Amino acid sequence: MLDRPAVVEPLDDDKTPATFTGNRGLDQEEPLIFEIGRLDATGVDIDDPAPVATRLGALERNVPIGLPGLTEPETMRHYVRLSRKNYSIDAGLYPLGSCTMKHNPRSNEKIARYEGFADLHPLQPQSTAQGALELMQILADWLMALTNMQAVAMSPKAGAHGELCGMMAIKSAIAARGESATRNVVLIPQSAHGTNPATAALLGFSVRVVPAAADGTVRAEAVKEALAPDVAAIMLTNPNTCGLFFYCDGANFNAIAGVARPGDFGIDAMHINLHKTFSTPHGGGGPGAGPVVLSERLAPFAPVPFIRRNGDALELVEAAVGTQSFGRLTAFHGQMGMFVRALAYMLAHGGDGVAQASKDAVLSANYVRASLRDVMTQPFGDRICMHEVLFDDAWLRGTGVTTLDFAKAMIDEGYHPMTIYFPLVVHGAMLIEPTESESKASLDLFIATLRDLARSAKAGEVARFGPAPRLAPRRRVDEALAARKPVLRWERKTATI
Amino acid sequence: MRYHPLSEADRNAMLATIGVSSIEALYADAPPATLLKKPLDLPSGKSEQGVERFFARLAARNMPASRAPFFVGAGAYKHHIPASVDHLIQRSEFLTSYTPYQPEISQGTLQYLFEFQTQVALLTGMEVANASMYDGSTATAEAVLMAHRVTKRRKALLSGGLHPHYAEVVRTISRLAEDEVETMAPDIRAAEDLVARIDDTLSCVVVQTPDVFGNLRDLTKIAEACHRNGALLIAVFTEAVSLGLLKSPGAMGADIVVGEGQSIGNSLNFGGPYVGLFATRHEFLRQMPGRLAGESVDADGKRSYVLTLSTREQHIRRDKATSNICTNSGLCALAFTIHLTLLGEAGLTRLARVNHANAVLLAQMLEGVPKVEVLNATFFNEFTLRIEGDAAALVERMAARGVLAGVPVSRLLPRAGLDDLLLVATTEVNTQEDRDAFVAALKESL
Repeated sequence: MLDRPAVVEPLDDDKTPATFTGNRGLDQEEPLIFEIGRLDATGVDIDDPAPVATRLGALERNVPIGLPGLTEPETMRHYVRLSRKNYSIDAGLYPLGSCTMKHNPRSNEKIARYEGFADLHPLQPQSTAQGALELMQILADWLMALTNMQAVAMSPKAGAHGELCGMMAIKSAIAARGESATRNVVLIPQSAHGTNPATAALLGFSVRVVPAAADGTVRAEAVKEALAPDVAAIMLTNPNTCGLFFYCDGANFNAIAGVARPGDFGIDAMHINLHKTFSTPHGGGGPGAGPVVLSERLAPFAPVPFIRRNGDALELVEAAVGTQSFGRLTAFHGQMGMFVRALAYMLAHGGDGVAQASKDAVLSANYVRASLRDVMTQPFGDRICMHEVLFDDAWLRGTGVTTLDFAKAMIDEGYHPMTIYFPLVVHGAMLIEPTESESKASLDLFIATLRDLARSAKAGEVARFGPAPRLAPRRRVDEALAARKPVLRWERKTATI
Repeated sequence: MRYHPLSEADRNAMLATIGVSSIEALYADAPPATLLKKPLDLPSGKSEQGVERFFARLAARNMPASRAPFFVGAGAYKHHIPASVDHLIQRSEFLTSYTPYQPEISQGTLQYLFEFQTQVALLTGMEVANASMYDGSTATAEAVLMAHRVTKRRKALLSGGLHPHYAEVVRTISRLAEDEVETMAPDIRAAEDLVARIDDTLSCVVVQTPDVFGNLRDLTKIAEACHRNGALLIAVFTEAVSLGLLKSPGAMGADIVVGEGQSIGNSLNFGGPYVGLFATRHEFLRQMPGRLAGESVDADGKRSYVLTLSTREQHIRRDKATSNICTNSGLCALAFTIHLTLLGEAGLTRLARVNHANAVLLAQMLEGVPKVEVLNATFFNEFTLRIEGDAAALVERMAARGVLAGVPVSRLLPRAGLDDLLLVATTEVNTQEDRDAFVAALKESL
């Protein structure tokens, strides 16, 4: 544990002088491109078009679009300045529970840009893309080996899209059994991610919520009680077989990859977020990739396209006709750019390295738990956790400090907050996932910081919380105003362009 | 392992703090039978050099667009991307940040999303746009679901000029969501009479322009027929650069405009990741799927941006959400918005003109070749060629001669009797040498 000053001096706005520009040293304000760009400015020099008679019929545009342009130096400055207003995993610990913000290796970025992958068209002849198909097959083999599942659908574009894929396969399998009319309910625990009920509802299933037990887990008894002949599937993490299908949300694979295989628990489908467990960068909200591993009984229903070995060559089967495939989820073959990065991560780690990553992630989460358990409260008692540790706000009661205040005070200390108010079933939840990417020194400073903030909250130093953050590029943003009077685009107010 | 900072000494110290003897003890809650008794039979880890060597071998077995005269399109297009785009999207603060849930330390992402939304709205001629979808095809499916919510009807009509894979995506989700879809027959010459098919049972009509065969379509009359019948017109595009030269779908009366944004700022990537664009009118805002960045102020009154209207989204509304989408295409949207900022209106218009002029030049050359026919009366940068024989076999023969010639229609529409059709796309990357090589290889391969 690091020694920290017992009392942190209150912040004083008077010490930060107002400036003429509004900038504060490296923290620079930046207008919108619509306020600095010009209709006639461009950062791309393009050769003259050949003089030809156009073949556009009467559909040529005859009014301006209104798009501003910037030259290259102006463009660089605009986006570099914007970038500096963002927190990132490269700059600091990013303990967002259920998001798995781990290190993103740059070698993976380099490889994804090899022209043999990045500059390959999805519809060029398959004979000219055998290396790409081989790559997809090797990644699929790894995913099946890590999960002990029989098939994998590669095309889903993110976790929620993978859920949709898995539930579509389940719905198709139920239809093939002639049970569509009778099995139309999906059981979902109260604590589930919002995408689960949204996915089930999209496919016309009714959602039946399974209540959580006092310890936060979903008990077999509660599931049994909710079970009925109308249940088509259950979306959770405990094995169960009663003629229904078992969908597993694989967002949290980072705790068990290489340590246990979901296929051994009897699941039928699980999506794997390559942008979590396998470190493809989150990119400020995507792109992700959500391949879905499938059991033997769901495999025949997998979406097109899928890869089939044909003699020495690999063949991409693109037409569902003549198969039991439920159809197509997206125009092409999935997130190839993410496949390259995820496979590079796997090959760098090896099987043992993947297991070590999972173990270190679980170790780090438990270390944070053990180091904070005397100052923060856990909703279901002090128990060993997996790769994320969950606190509630019972310990903040009576302090005048909320979970949100606590999270915002972390920003002033240079940390991205943990996931807050999720899962919904825990009051004032704080879900911390440190991942395996942090050194012990980094974890120790994080722990010491949270301990100091906790002490401060309990000591009634509300000035450190209510107004927080005060040292970030922005103070608290008025979310209610944004929702009440939505301004979702720039509108021309003056004749700037 | 180079990515794992913890040493054995660190691990032991941490275990001591936790009060357990081994990491394995942390898995004690799992049923013992579920834990692996021995390591999986997988290769052991490789050095960075070893990993790169492995992938270089795989990459060498592919024929990239930059290594051949390249004319492949049909929903994904090879364009030149300025170096500054790829440099900027690799900034740590963009590449390695999460969804901007904490606006105080995410203004970079939120402001570029706000700018992106504005650019997409302007480009499509619509009032509002969201912060991106996965790609053009999933955006199209989401648009159909949205039209069902808006109109409280559940039947879509798809034009025969819609990209067949897009139509399949719509049909797949519609069948499983138990909604109705009617698909028009493949419409090679933009001759179908959609207006005659529109009635008051339809929630929406989905029309692509330029269509998959390259034809440009005037949407005005279709929009009028939709509106007379209380249906929405969903306009689709797969080549965003075309919007630099063509009337916007919004100006022709579309209610929802969706499309693929790959061709601005994003590489081909063998099909993904791409970026779906999604725009509509104010009145339908609350039924729009996906994330939205909105303007607000912070506690000091400074202009700020924040994710907003999340009461539409799955994390709040759960089974009542407008969509299940969560992660979208943030970084691809960034590449799009940076490239479009670099282009500006002047650059985009010029780029679109070069694309069109190059396509006209190629069409003129092909019109002099025996046994082939350019079918299009109008096109932007892609058209349909009828050849004597099988287009898929022709493409293979031309590839063997080092020319990637295009997409045989039979690959998109197998068993439709359209085996003699070839989609040919050309952009600013194509030179006169490329066109000469195309025509020479074509003549030798016919």
